[in-house]
Amino acid sequence: MKVLVPVKRVIDYNVKARVKADQTGVDLANVKMSMNPFCEIAVEEAVRLKEKGVASEIVAVSVGPTQAQETLRTALAMGADRAILVQTDQDLEPLAVAKVLKAIVGEENPELVLMGKQAIDGDNNATGQMLAALLDWPQAAFASEVVVEGGKAKVTREVDGGLQTIDVNLPAVVTADLRLNEPRYASLPNIMKAKKKPLDVKELGSLGVDTAAKLKVVKVTEPPKRSAGIKVETAADLVSNLKTAGVL
Amino acid sequence: MAVLVIADHDNATLKDNTHKVVTAAQAIGGDVDILVAGTNTAAIAAEAAKIGGVRKVLTAESAELGQGLAEAFQDLVVGLAGGYDAILTPATTQGKNFSPRVAAKLDVAQISDVIEVVSPDTFVRPIYAGNALETVQSSDAKKVLTVRPTAFKAAAEGGSAKVESVSAPAAPAKTHFVDQKIVKSARPDLGAAKIVVSGGRAMGSAEEFQKVIEPLADKLGAAVGASRAAVDAGYAPNDYQVGQTGKVVAPELYIAIGISGAIQHLAGMKDSKVIVAINKDPDAPIFQVADFGLVADYKTAVPELMGALG
Ligand SMILES: Cc1cc2nc3c(=O)[nH]c(=O)nc-3n(C[C@H](O)[C@H](O)[C@H](O)COP(=O)(O)OP(=O)(O)OC[C@H]3O[C@@H](n4cnc5c(N)ncnc54)[C@H](O)[C@@H]3O)c2cc1C
Ligand SMILES: Cc1cc2nc3c(=O)[nH]c(=O)nc-3n(C[C@H](O)[C@H](O)[C@H](O)COP(=O)(O)OP(=O)(O)OC[C@H]3O[C@@H](n4cnc5c(N)ncnc54)[C@H](O)[C@@H]3O)c2cc1C
Repeated sequence: MKVLVPVKRVIDYNVKARVKADQTGVDLANVKMSMNPFCEIAVEEAVRLKEKGVASEIVAVSVGPTQAQETLRTALAMGADRAILVQTDQDLEPLAVAKVLKAIVGEENPELVLMGKQAIDGDNNATGQMLAALLDWPQAAFASEVVVEGGKAKVTREVDGGLQTIDVNLPAVVTADLRLNEPRYASLPNIMKAKKKPLDVKELGSLGVDTAAKLKVVKVTEPPKRSAGIKVETAADLVSNLKTAGVL
Repeated sequence: MAVLVIADHDNATLKDNTHKVVTAAQAIGGDVDILVAGTNTAAIAAEAAKIGGVRKVLTAESAELGQGLAEAFQDLVVGLAGGYDAILTPATTQGKNFSPRVAAKLDVAQISDVIEVVSPDTFVRPIYAGNALETVQSSDAKKVLTVRPTAFKAAAEGGSAKVESVSAPAAPAKTHFVDQKIVKSARPDLGAAKIVVSGGRAMGSAEEFQKVIEPLADKLGAAVGASRAAVDAGYAPNDYQVGQTGKVVAPELYIAIGISGAIQHLAGMKDSKVIVAINKDPDAPIFQVADFGLVADYKTAVPELMGALG
């Protein structure tokens, strides 16, 4: 079974994003970038499926700038077999990313697309579901357990109020939630090996996909700041302050 | 102009999130209809019909809709989309599950997690864990939005909309429900509670979490939340997680106990009216957003707090 894993290069989760003074976006100059944490979880799950003998090949794909090659190398070091960069300097909306991924699915014919539920920059939580809809494939979003067997994936999902288990026929799109697994750190030998694994670069334009933006960013601003309040000495002080504030 | 709001419910009762999304729909303008899809829809629709300013309530009933299968919701909502200029869904886990599919089928952008309606085509949404707010203007003829309920006031009751049933879509061929484990609790819903008490990694075990956090929550009539660290460690169920990638809450009072205040956690609670932090580390980042901070070991502070509450 071939598994396709879309991965995104984003601001490192430890870095606090700062809005640019001209309100055109978030300042990413000289900011540490990493693989989106949910994509790491998706790669890890794919590698585990390969280790179990369920997956035969893992293809990582990223849609983004030249530097996204680093992100793909990370996926290769974790255990992906080869990688594809769809190169573009445009900021694509989730629907456009989903259309690009659909084109890649058409070329690669994977039986499973495993991806993150959400990218921690755009926070859209949409691309996987959109890809599933465009392909007319079943989806299992927010997975915390995936078992692949007999042409199906049995997926336990995090839902409002608890957990749900569904069966989806393959091919399908599965999006990873936080508790699916704990991603491994790539070992030094694997990082070295990853440098020799194949990484194909395609120009976005060569795919013939309509990626025109449907949204215009009017401005990006800072949220209202919350200032620190006071320190209280005792639990009794706390209760009297809360009563004064009218919340008890 | 007409707007369709997808109701939030649990196949038993209507949730307040619906009222809040109706407020967002009214800010867009035009006629507002509500769709109740699932099982037991007649009773839920009767509640939805009481929301003020609603034109009509549509119901669609099937087992697969009751199970929340994304494919079933997609087919239903896309089938109804012709009559609407905007489709608004609460940004719950279920809303996030199917709404992007609707947008993709309609070939329009989804505007995710809207916190403000600036005009019928312009919306504000948080990005980067709420560290930036993006104002976007949509050029799509039909708008598909998920709406963050905590950002809107609940629409008042006082309406008497008519209820109409529409046919449910065929059962999805490639997705099958197996089972579910829903945590039953007598406490208020995390998303709608006036007070939330959350525990973090400091609890150290599920037993300690139950012994410390739950009695305090019960005393205050509060919902229980948790940090990701507490959920990952198994101290609390997954749907207690508050944060960027969990639930977003904005209660009157949020009490964080043994939680450091990572940006991902703050993203889920920093719009609370009053924030209290109990943490033994005076430099914990949570104190930078707390209105009232108590630097103390929770092991002594929580029993004292229980005592002071009487
Ligand atoms: C500097 C910068 C500024 C931006 N500004 C804006 C803006 O103002 N408005 C705007 O709409 N968008 C903007 N974007 C694009 C936006 O951040 C997202 O790339 C896009 O909207 C996808 O949404 P998401 O990442 O939130 O997707 P989600 O749906 O949250 O992502 C879920 C999953 O989809 C997959 N995925 C998503 N994107 C890719 C990708 N490129 N390659 C491979 N897999 C992927 C991953 O598996 C990911 O885990 C900007 C991007 C950058 C880098
Ligand atoms: C992709 C991604 C998504 C994430 N999403 C979320 C999310 O949605 N929600 C979320 O919460 N986190 C999220 N996180 C995790 C987040 O970064 C933090 O790791 C997490 O919030 C830490 O939880 P904590 O505060 O309980 O633990 P810690 O950071 O370990 O803090 C424990 C605190 O308890 C205090 N303490 C210890 N003992 C005592 C005592 N006896 N009495 C009083 N205080 C004590 C300590 O001083 C410390 O401040 C996410 C991370 C990633 C990478």
